[in-house]
Amino acid sequence: MAQRGIREYDAKNILAKHMKKLSKGTVKYRGKVALVTPDTSIAAVAKKKHWVKTNKLTVKPDQLFGKRGKHGLLLVNVTYDEAKDWLDEKMNSIVEVGKVKGKLTHFLVQPYVELDKEYYLAFTGYQDGDYIHFSSEGGVDIETNWDKVTTINVPIEAKIEDIDLTPILDSVSIEDKKGLKDLVTALYLFYRRQQFGFLEFNPFTYRDGEFFPIDTVARLDDTAQYLCHEKWGDIEFPAPFGRELRPEEQYIDDLDEKSGSSLKLTVLNPHGRVWTMVAGGGASVIYADTVVDLGFGDELATYGEYSGNPTTEETYDYAKTLLDLMTREKVEGGKVLLIGGGIANFTDVALTFDGIIMALENYADKIKEHDIKIYIRRGGPNYEAGLAKIHEAGQRLGLDMEVHGPDMHMTKVVSIALKNLDGGN
Amino acid sequence: MAKPDYVLFDRDTTSIIFGNQQAAVQRMLHFGYLAGRDKPSVAAVVNPSGGRKGLMKVFYGRDEILLPMYNKLSTAVKNHPDADVVINFASFRSAYKVSVEALNYPTIKTVVIIAEGIPERQTRELIALRKKLGKWIIGPATVGGFVAGGFKVGNAGGALSNLLMSKLYRRGSVGFVSKSGGMLNEMANMISLNSDGVYEGIAIGGDKYPGSTLLEHLQRYEANPDIKMMVVLGEVGGDDEYEIVDALKDGRIKKPVIAWVTGTCAKVFPSEVQFGHAGAMARGETETADAKNAALRDAGAYVPGSYDDLDELIREVYEDLKANGIIAEKEEEAPREVPVDYDPGTMRKSSNIISTISDDRGDELMYAGIPISDVIREGYSVGDVISLLWFKKRLPKYVTEFLELALRITADHGPCVSGAHNAIVTSMAGKDLTASVAAGVLTIGPRFGGAIDDSAKYFKDALDRGLTPRQFVDEMKAKNINIPGIGHRIKSVHNPDMRVNLLEEWAFANLPKHKLLDFALEVERITTAKKNNLIFNVDGCVGILFVDILHSTGIYTEDEVDEIINIGTLNGIFVLGRTIGMIGHYLDQKRLHSRLYRHPWDDVLYMLPSETEALEYAETKKKR
Repeated sequence: MAQRGIREYDAKNILAKHMKKLSKGTVKYRGKVALVTPDTSIAAVAKKKHWVKTNKLTVKPDQLFGKRGKHGLLLVNVTYDEAKDWLDEKMNSIVEVGKVKGKLTHFLVQPYVELDKEYYLAFTGYQDGDYIHFSSEGGVDIETNWDKVTTINVPIEAKIEDIDLTPILDSVSIEDKKGLKDLVTALYLFYRRQQFGFLEFNPFTYRDGEFFPIDTVARLDDTAQYLCHEKWGDIEFPAPFGRELRPEEQYIDDLDEKSGSSLKLTVLNPHGRVWTMVAGGGASVIYADTVVDLGFGDELATYGEYSGNPTTEETYDYAKTLLDLMTREKVEGGKVLLIGGGIANFTDVALTFDGIIMALENYADKIKEHDIKIYIRRGGPNYEAGLAKIHEAGQRLGLDMEVHGPDMHMTKVVSIALKNLDGGN
Repeated sequence: MAKPDYVLFDRDTTSIIFGNQQAAVQRMLHFGYLAGRDKPSVAAVVNPSGGRKGLMKVFYGRDEILLPMYNKLSTAVKNHPDADVVINFASFRSAYKVSVEALNYPTIKTVVIIAEGIPERQTRELIALRKKLGKWIIGPATVGGFVAGGFKVGNAGGALSNLLMSKLYRRGSVGFVSKSGGMLNEMANMISLNSDGVYEGIAIGGDKYPGSTLLEHLQRYEANPDIKMMVVLGEVGGDDEYEIVDALKDGRIKKPVIAWVTGTCAKVFPSEVQFGHAGAMARGETETADAKNAALRDAGAYVPGSYDDLDELIREVYEDLKANGIIAEKEEEAPREVPVDYDPGTMRKSSNIISTISDDRGDELMYAGIPISDVIREGYSVGDVISLLWFKKRLPKYVTEFLELALRITADHGPCVSGAHNAIVTSMAGKDLTASVAAGVLTIGPRFGGAIDDSAKYFKDALDRGLTPRQFVDEMKAKNINIPGIGHRIKSVHNPDMRVNLLEEWAFANLPKHKLLDFALEVERITTAKKNNLIFNVDGCVGILFVDILHSTGIYTEDEVDEIINIGTLNGIFVLGRTIGMIGHYLDQKRLHSRLYRHPWDDVLYMLPSETEALEYAETKKKR
């Protein structure tokens, strides 16, 4: 529920649908883009889009990461056959981009465009309005050339037609001024009406009333989906590169989608020894912080939260998923599970703990087998009943468990747990 | 008396709750009661789904009280001009619209938006609007906040046990603001364990664009002389915390600030992980928690090494202020006692039935607050009693007189009308009084007696819409509806219905205003010009006069008049009046020892289908 990156392919497709109307016919954008995936080969694409075979092509991964040229993942000015060979080689290969390793699965194919001019254009938002950033010297080195970028402010309630765009177009040749003004206006409207959080064309070129975006980075505000699903069409919000969802994460994601409450799970390190099941968006970050601050960052297995008064059932499903992941791999010295949380506003602690207890019952043997110590700290409505029940369950099931209430500092259990983990070594 | 600008909520603040949020309302009332407020902090509830209108039943201390519930925010705002806070529980789909509406009412100063998932552009438009109007938004995506010993928003502050534990029923000296709503209680507890407690705690919400910023609240705290120190809990992502850094540097903030920015863990995460909050995502080095914590520390804020040490730092700063005499020792106040079982989590079952008209529990039976002894000794008429039990107040004499007049006139209309006929037939079948009268009463409805209700509705609606009598008649004709209250089977212009004449006479003599009657008489002039017997009948006359009477009292708003009509009050007059006659008919038949009634054959037209017709389809089936 925030700004999320979309594929360049999707961004350009949406733009192609709307450009004519947005620019009142003054700017042309043909939207020649194709997406090649493990299921859709370039040959299959070429059957529908003939330019793929007739044009010289540009090919690059379309998986939400940039600087593709620097990583040797950009193919320009090639024939269909050259592109096909390259795609055959790269598809499904594992590459390292920055710190992240991931599999290449989506490639953007577009006609190669000879660049006489490389412009830069980006739209960003801030509280009281939007910024339009423009430069006549765009391209890969835009960050080092940032002093050539001029920026204009569009207040949130202003109409773009009332904004004087001449300052940012200073460096543009006289014959292109009018055309670029129309283009910037249309693209701003595109950014605004389609509820983008960020939109960047770097570089692009403009010739005879036609727009040629070479590279596009786009983030949509996914909370606007209910307003824009028709305009956006069938788009996806891919996971960041190298962060394809595991089945368990996908399961929690689906659970979250259907629930009025909030359920989030990210597996950071399945071999880690510190596992967290924390209630509340704010508290969950603080628990993770404290684990990191105390020097156990590489042992942190998960980040996640359950909050907004989930039902007993939902909490059970969440706890079960976590315990299942946690008891797959044995580690010398055992693991710790932090069932943490602040003092809830309205989440019923007893009801959510009922769900956790059910999961503990299911996994009691495995928990013991994997030498897992459980540390609990929670407050909020009905916390006395919740803590008493889980304490009783811990004893009944013979689990190694400590239970604390709001009289103990929220993250104190983290240091106690980690100290014990240390001692176990 | 105008409040200082830095006060959003205090112990006199009242609010309007948008959304049918009984549990949240209840928690607000518990808090207010605990804190010793004079009146409930909720003035009214708006239930937009339209279903339940009327009243919301809640506890205030030991008493069960009723809060007005409306379908529209506009009505709630109009009827409760003192309420200056709207707590908007609308979903992410409608929260924007409701917030725009709320901000535009001059009496509303603060709008709290609870919903999570409002599009960022909509929030930014709301921020522009509230800045233009000089108002406040807290949220979106928050539980709100509280002023200790004064006011709390919805579910903020949690259960009763937490309010007590964190001593939120009385003021401390610490102003607190965070992004996270979930951390509000946790921090209040931590602050109360390490200082003299919270003065005010606000969660601005986890969205990228909060309706009001951390700094704006810190500036309110800076301006509030009762707040001596501030605690702020920031978050990775965005640059809000740098505003605080600037304010610390340029001296806009001078009081001690203890700050911690959460999300220091993000640096060890392999790639972008979206935290629970939409705004919690660092895009660039300066937005990281570490960078912000360092900047705050440099600017002079007290920043711990880890959240784990935040509590001790709060204690140090507090003790220091106390040692320097900036914070004085306060005497501990005891909260007003709320029975523990009133906590919504474990709350005893609330009652199933509400009675607002009579009470038999005390020394004396009460009719709408009037003891029965007064009713008798002070000579209340039957009309007065009806007015107490039906309208919950003693209405002016001309009203009660009219009620009695209507009862007298509708008491009976001979043995042949449906009601009397049924009562008679049932009595003749040997049934008792209750059964016989019930059989008669059950015929009262749209065709028999119902014209009272309908004529009031149709005529009032026509007048409300500003139709002329002619337009009204034409419209009804176009819709092919007979005008209720017009027309009689026997009576006509030349043979007028004496009952109608009597009612009209009474109205002209007693009613200060009779707009609807005048309108109806105009309508009658048009209809009788077409046909002699299209006269104003007695049902119509009772219904229409009743509307004029309700207006004459000046007590009721248009909505209330509509409600009185729509819930069937006018039918009540007819049912009550005619029951007198039906009891009479029952008694009459018993005294006459009437035998079982059987309707004569010659009065029935028998028209059966032929055998062929009856078997037509059965035969077809056989052939197949």
